[in-house]
Amino acid sequence: MDLANFLIQLLNSLQYGLLLFMLAAGLTLIFGIMGVVNLAHGSFYMIGAYLAWFFTAQLGSLVLAIVVGTVLAVALGWLLEWLLFRHFYKRDHLDQVLLTFGLVYIFEETRSILWGDDVHAVQVPELVNWSIPLTENLSYPVYRLVVAGVCIALAVGLYLLISKTRLGMKIRAGAFNREMTEALGINIRLIYGVVFALGVGLAAIAGMIAAPLASVYPGMGSSVLIMCFVVVVIGGIGSVRGALVAALLVGLVDTFGKVLVPQIAGMAVYMLMALVLLYKPEGLFKQ
Amino acid sequence: MSTPKPQIEILPRGVQVLLAVGAVALAAFPLVPSESAGFYQQMVTQMMILAIFAMSLDLLQGVTGLVSLGHAAYFGLAGYALAFLTPADVPISLWWSLPLAALGSGLAALIIGFFVVRTHGIYFIMVTMAFAQMVFFLFFDNRALGGSDGLYVNFRPHAELFGWNGINLDSNIGFYYLTLVLMLLVYAFLRRLLFSPFGRVLAGIRVNEHRMRAVGYSTFGYRLTAFTLAGALAGVAGYLWGAQTGYVNPELMGFHMSAHAIMMVILGGTGNFAGAIAGAFAFEYVMHLFKDFTKHWQLLMGSFIVLVVVFAPRGLMGLAERVLGKRKIP
Repeated sequence: MDLANFLIQLLNSLQYGLLLFMLAAGLTLIFGIMGVVNLAHGSFYMIGAYLAWFFTAQLGSLVLAIVVGTVLAVALGWLLEWLLFRHFYKRDHLDQVLLTFGLVYIFEETRSILWGDDVHAVQVPELVNWSIPLTENLSYPVYRLVVAGVCIALAVGLYLLISKTRLGMKIRAGAFNREMTEALGINIRLIYGVVFALGVGLAAIAGMIAAPLASVYPGMGSSVLIMCFVVVVIGGIGSVRGALVAALLVGLVDTFGKVLVPQIAGMAVYMLMALVLLYKPEGLFKQ
Repeated sequence: MSTPKPQIEILPRGVQVLLAVGAVALAAFPLVPSESAGFYQQMVTQMMILAIFAMSLDLLQGVTGLVSLGHAAYFGLAGYALAFLTPADVPISLWWSLPLAALGSGLAALIIGFFVVRTHGIYFIMVTMAFAQMVFFLFFDNRALGGSDGLYVNFRPHAELFGWNGINLDSNIGFYYLTLVLMLLVYAFLRRLLFSPFGRVLAGIRVNEHRMRAVGYSTFGYRLTAFTLAGALAGVAGYLWGAQTGYVNPELMGFHMSAHAIMMVILGGTGNFAGAIAGAFAFEYVMHLFKDFTKHWQLLMGSFIVLVVVFAPRGLMGLAERVLGKRKIP
């Protein structure tokens, strides 16, 4: 594999890993802070992608669509938390699994009713619809770099939010000891709602910016969910830093695995996970 | 952070009566003359196969408290084992192929369990799902194993034994009775297991694993055994599925199959195996109802699941207990 090809695959794995991180960060936050396992997380990714497609067609601009879509997704997240998830913090993981799986069915069918079952394409915005030439024959699409950039920006934003702001402080306190935080007068219900909406928003944004890269199709939620779970398991539940490291690792293993050894393409990531579990059953990083 | 629900292990008298009536009804079902008898026999056979699958999961989930999102892997593997064992020209014997397929599933469960059982709580859920996906992709990506198209089971196995050709498995009725007998055997076995010392240890692990370890039990071994046994029993169900439909594909090992199994167990009520049977029947029946009713049946199904979780978390057995009253142990 020559340098240019290697560079392309490296950039691909980076971009894929960063997208996974956006999803995994939301999932791991929601679980780490509220203790809720959310199988519907992949559905939010799908909802984001469909929103992007729909609003790009309506408004003519992907950027505008992303803005509108994000607002709607966050509102949906807030609504779901208020209506359903709030009552499940103290319930069994089993009940949460079941609830979220029922939600997946509902989301899938609602999507089918609203927008049908066809596969759709979303156009890359004109401004970034060109490629950087690497060699005579090969070039790399700028949009992919933009996607990676957006993910990095959001990751940094998330880090700053959690560690440098008062809200972040309250979130961390609530994760550590809910009763105590409430006793100190902090509105933990509000905090939980914010965290949930944040997680949903991240997933939806990931779906929106990924829409022009991979087409918008009905099954996209489940396929990304599994990968997301693998990332969270490898990284350690509740650890955003772990999610980042694991997501990049998964991106690398998956991309290079598919290119170098196609026979075990789908399995490579799971073998990585098995390896990590042998030595660190709770993932690479603690909460 | 999760409060364990009290399980129903001793069934209320009313439920026991209903179960007995149900067993008789199932035995008599094929004898009822009907236009589309074959169709209904096949449908009920499929429900019974799924009931065995659900019971195997109940052992893992309801009794030991290990929520597995990847149980379908062992279900599908046995089906594939049957497909591989059956040559292109003759049917094979039930008597050695069924135990072999179940053993194969059990072995896979042992190997995967070795990695998976060391994790706990939410990790366990995610990891079982991921491993099942790995098995799914193993079959999906490789043409040699059938690929995404799956494999055909060329002939249904036969039940000939030393010249005695008792049951004709090629007929709907013959296969129906085989499945019924197996389902009842699995139920009896698991109920016996539930109240055996081994079963009591598993229940103790579910309630408080640390306490069990403090008392001196090696919980890893018990959990792994439960995992393996559940896998083997799921294999029995998977074998029957392959034999009945004559076709296996990776979807049988997929996430949706595993999730359906969990739903069946919860719908019926965890921990007592009767709930698993009831749940399997109820779930399949409701799904057929919804599918017949509208193209957008998934919406109804999803709402149904959400309603069950919110309002009836202990499932049908829980409802039955509320209606019929708890059985008083003297």
